[in-house]
Amino acid sequence: MSEQTTAPETTAVHAEPLEQAEARLQPIRWKFPVTYILLGLLSLLVFTLLIPSGAVTQFRVSTANDFITFDAINVPSFGTALVLSILQLALAAWAVYAAVHRIRLGAWHPVLFGILFVLAFLVYAGAGRGAFIPMVTLLSGALMLSVPLIFGAMCGLVGERSGIINIAIEGQLLAGAFLAAVAASFFTSAYVGLLAAPFAGAAVGALLVWFAVKYHVNQIIVGVVLNVLVIGLTSFFYSTVLTQNAELWNTRQQLPRLPIPGLSQIPIIGPVLFNHTILVYLMYVIVFALSILVFKSRWGLRMRAVGEHPKAADTVGINVARTRVINTILAGAIAGMGGAYFTVGQGLAFGQEMSAGQGFIALAAMILGRWNPKGALLAALLFGFSTSLGQTLSTIGTPVPSEMLLMLPYVITIFAVAGFVGRVRPPAAEGVPYIK
Amino acid sequence: MKLQLKGVTKRFGTFTANDQIDLTVQPGEIHALLGENGAGKSTLMNTIYGLYSPDEGEILLDDEPVRFSGPGDAVAAGIGMVHQHFMLIPVFSVTESVMLGYEPTKGPGLIDFTEARRRVKEISARFGFEVDPEAMIEDLPVGAQQRVEIIKALSRDAKVLILDEPTAVLTPQETDELISIMRQLKASGTSILFITHKLREVRAIADKITVIRRGKVVGEATPESTETELASLMVGREVSLTTQKEPAQPGETALSISGLSVVSAQGKTLLDDVSLEIARGEILCIAGVDGNGQTELTEAILGIREAAAGTITLDGTDLGPKSVKQRLNSGIGFVPEDRSTDGVIAGFSITENFVLDQYDQPPYSNGVAMKHEVMRAAAAEQTSRFDVRLGTVDDPISTLSGGNQQKVVLARELSRDNRLLVASQPTRGVDVGSIEFIHRTLIEERAKGTPCLIVSTELDEVLNLADRIAVMYRGRIIGTVPGDTDRDVLGLMMAGVPAEEAKAQAATHHTVLGEADAEAEEQA
Repeated sequence: MSEQTTAPETTAVHAEPLEQAEARLQPIRWKFPVTYILLGLLSLLVFTLLIPSGAVTQFRVSTANDFITFDAINVPSFGTALVLSILQLALAAWAVYAAVHRIRLGAWHPVLFGILFVLAFLVYAGAGRGAFIPMVTLLSGALMLSVPLIFGAMCGLVGERSGIINIAIEGQLLAGAFLAAVAASFFTSAYVGLLAAPFAGAAVGALLVWFAVKYHVNQIIVGVVLNVLVIGLTSFFYSTVLTQNAELWNTRQQLPRLPIPGLSQIPIIGPVLFNHTILVYLMYVIVFALSILVFKSRWGLRMRAVGEHPKAADTVGINVARTRVINTILAGAIAGMGGAYFTVGQGLAFGQEMSAGQGFIALAAMILGRWNPKGALLAALLFGFSTSLGQTLSTIGTPVPSEMLLMLPYVITIFAVAGFVGRVRPPAAEGVPYIK
Repeated sequence: MKLQLKGVTKRFGTFTANDQIDLTVQPGEIHALLGENGAGKSTLMNTIYGLYSPDEGEILLDDEPVRFSGPGDAVAAGIGMVHQHFMLIPVFSVTESVMLGYEPTKGPGLIDFTEARRRVKEISARFGFEVDPEAMIEDLPVGAQQRVEIIKALSRDAKVLILDEPTAVLTPQETDELISIMRQLKASGTSILFITHKLREVRAIADKITVIRRGKVVGEATPESTETELASLMVGREVSLTTQKEPAQPGETALSISGLSVVSAQGKTLLDDVSLEIARGEILCIAGVDGNGQTELTEAILGIREAAAGTITLDGTDLGPKSVKQRLNSGIGFVPEDRSTDGVIAGFSITENFVLDQYDQPPYSNGVAMKHEVMRAAAAEQTSRFDVRLGTVDDPISTLSGGNQQKVVLARELSRDNRLLVASQPTRGVDVGSIEFIHRTLIEERAKGTPCLIVSTELDEVLNLADRIAVMYRGRIIGTVPGDTDRDVLGLMMAGVPAEEAKAQAATHHTVLGEADAEAEEQA
């Protein structure tokens, strides 16, 4: 037994110089510092130097019907943009230092940089325009636009964590939107629509998992086919039944806003976060629950086991097929509920293909968020924010064409999916049928 | 608990993997199931564990017949299994791995992590395992991963423990620890069924040995049987286990590697400042636990992996700027470690596989045309020299057994004038009878003056073939020692102990396998 204790000790002695060797050989990662420098220079040379002298930017931080209202904040455009740009370049310099010394920076670094960059851009965009930049509208709009993305990303996450790739999120959102509109219209109650929507998403999920688990069909192909199927079916019903008898089947129903007493009175945060429909509050609950349950519950542990190494799960008596079926259907229900946002959530009637590719952006948000509920939430909010920014700026008029801004989510998506965010690690067994 | 199998038969289509197997494991007995690759050992284990259901026969636990519809039933009945390929999830912690499927919960399905950790600690303390319950599986060495598997089985109160090829990935010292764990378990009344094809271990560990061949029980033996007796029982004919070889006659240095480093795409150092030299007419074996940089070293020599630093020269020429094809054509013979993914193309014929890396070279081609008749003749000649059992050389190579496919690969790489031979795991998955033949062929290649670099994780093979042994650990060469170095010293080096220290430590303590070696030498 003597070497039982001595061997690990000697191992430890030799492990130390090895760590150093790893650090020496690791290539310096330049992509983040270079990106920061380029963006920082853009901020300095364009957002700052192009500002007309003496211009002022006005931010409005409250809405008229707030409990406490604030005056608009006026800042000198040039000075503010200059300070923000210098701070960005300082962060970029820090990133260069960290890269050369191979120090890892936390997630706060890109987040802080992003906030500074966006603020500098807003200062530039509003400089000398005489129009206010409505911060509350901008932020609450960002949250509203993120709702289907967040639901979709949670759906993708639950499916992929259990090993089923779900390309059909788009179809699930659309099916949810359709059924919500039809049910709400028929019963003239938006709440009935909200209750019905998850069933539509779950049905699409059930089809996906049936083909994937029972027939081992390539999951990506099934997903694409299901998207086409849902688009076809909903468009067919839209152009026939829904248009012929719109009074009965496709009237507008809207979920009422339910401001949370107290919380909704808080300046800025209140109107942005706590003055929404029940759908948004349900979203908070789902994200919060998933961020705990995926990692700390029996359900989550088994789901992750099945997605990483189904055979290992099988050898401890976990039914792999059943786990995948239940989770994919559950995930579909989540996406279906998200689809309700397009119709009853916004108070609109159903329109053809009204999900407009949001399901794919949700998928990207899930990847960018590294299959983690909190990460996916942040990524979806980022996409929602960039869309909201585009919309807000196009109303107040900016030097940048709003189409360019509306492109932003897609540009971010391409970078995200191309692995710019670094080592992403999908569940090891996703997309792989489990055959005993 | 007593485990008894009566007439267990399992068929896959027309193939009978297990044919009327009878086996009894008494309580507190270490029972070895000995058989070659493909003899049906794993099928039998999976049947006992409920992954397969037997077509005929029955399984009895303490004389009660049992039927399992899945592993969950087997576990509930008190059967635990440590699979050859561990059933562990790399991104899970030790605690998560142990509790999976049997999670202690509190409240609405939330896991009671405190309780789960306490269970892991309790079992590790009982058997003296040093396992950190918070460690990630992927960060643990294989020996520790195996202990996690054992903890997993014990945490479910396994009374019968099945170990499938448990020593395949261990150093002799780790094997020693495993043996002491097995003896502790035996003392506490656990029955152990232990599957292996390694003769030396069987004799050192088992109380009783059952030998199976081609799905049938062919005999029982006691640990007193000699290795040769066990081998001939296992193979069905007389086999010689060691290869006689003359001392090497090393000529001038042919391959010279200096300061070679390889970094993965994720920035992890896979090879760290590796330097070695091989002379003509010499076999250098690379020993080490799987995954310590051996694969990367062979791939860097062939050129399919880019070196981050360092040089490789063969006969004075720098290989650095040469492409893989140029390297192969200049006379590097390469036997990849995984024949099924890198060595052969399953759908191609034996002939096509035989010329896979020389199809455009004379004599097999001439300008743009391939000479099929020359290829077929050469394939037929060389496969018969290598004793490949085949129908015709036009059959797809997938119709051959793994061992015969391996011989085709070796025939391809050894049937030309090599300036260097790089062979990884040359006998993996090959039956015992053919191992000796392959070893003899490799030694003949050495006699022709070819420098040979042979990577093997099997110490028996290394000791059998090597003129010199380089031991790799975490991407480094921990030391280069003579070919007759003691198994215990090599084992310690495989765990990262430098050669001198390893010699000193090994002198004070011999492992069970090291002692078995000494004994075998005395007899010889």
